[in-house]
Amino acid sequence: MAKNVKPRVRVPKKAAKGDIVEIKTLISHKMESGRRKGKDGKLVPQSIINKVSVTFNGKPVFDADWHPAISANPYMSFFAKVEESGEFAFKWIDDDGSIYEKKAKITVA
Amino acid sequence: MSKKQALAGITRREALLLAAGASMVVAGGVVLGGGAAHADQKMIDDALMKLIGDKKPIDGKISLDLPQIAENGNTVPVGVTVDSPMTADNYVKAVHLFADGNPSPEVASLFFTVMSGKASASTRMRLAKTQNIIAVAEMSDGSTYRAKQEVKVTIGGCGG
Repeated sequence: MAKNVKPRVRVPKKAAKGDIVEIKTLISHKMESGRRKGKDGKLVPQSIINKVSVTFNGKPVFDADWHPAISANPYMSFFAKVEESGEFAFKWIDDDGSIYEKKAKITVA
Repeated sequence: MSKKQALAGITRREALLLAAGASMVVAGGVVLGGGAAHADQKMIDDALMKLIGDKKPIDGKISLDLPQIAENGNTVPVGVTVDSPMTADNYVKAVHLFADGNPSPEVASLFFTVMSGKASASTRMRLAKTQNIIAVAEMSDGSTYRAKQEVKVTIGGCGG
């Protein structure tokens, strides 16, 4: 498991029914591309987060597959249409199989 | 204090020399390797073939939000928006992003659903040098669209 991986998400606390809200996510991760040489002159093996998936009340909202061309500490923003109050669940999957998770609630009036 | 500074100066100089040496090696590799250090159209076509099959995307529907000039290739913001009503019978399924001057062209694949409400997303990517960003969108009805935009990169971001 990569060290010091800290996921952060920004979801509005409240929204009106049918609103399209912007969701921002950031996760601290080196995203080692596998093409960089370390101090010993050898290639540092690839180690990235290769997938992020987001659900709302268990239903899929947005997914992304990431390649080594994604910057360190990957940022991702996208939108979601909310019809009811509920919880967003965010999941990042590391090359090494680790899973990092975060949840955020939204109240829809 | 001054000794410390001098020492720091040497290490910095050494570091710069090393960096210069490394880039020479990389440049040499490109010449010897016949330019295999970055993606070509065939690599993009192959990657696309895997993702969308042999469909021929047409221009349009996609707008890319990219800087004209990126000072630091390590982190270049990229936004993509596809014009779509995002209803159950007409929505954007996926957008694939490619960079044709990187060692491997794939950047990211973004998968939308009707619940996305809007086919728009942004992230940050690494660009090795000045190159084109290509976006290919897959719609729910099977049609595909593409867009292409150049980004000039001042300092490449491939950690070589």
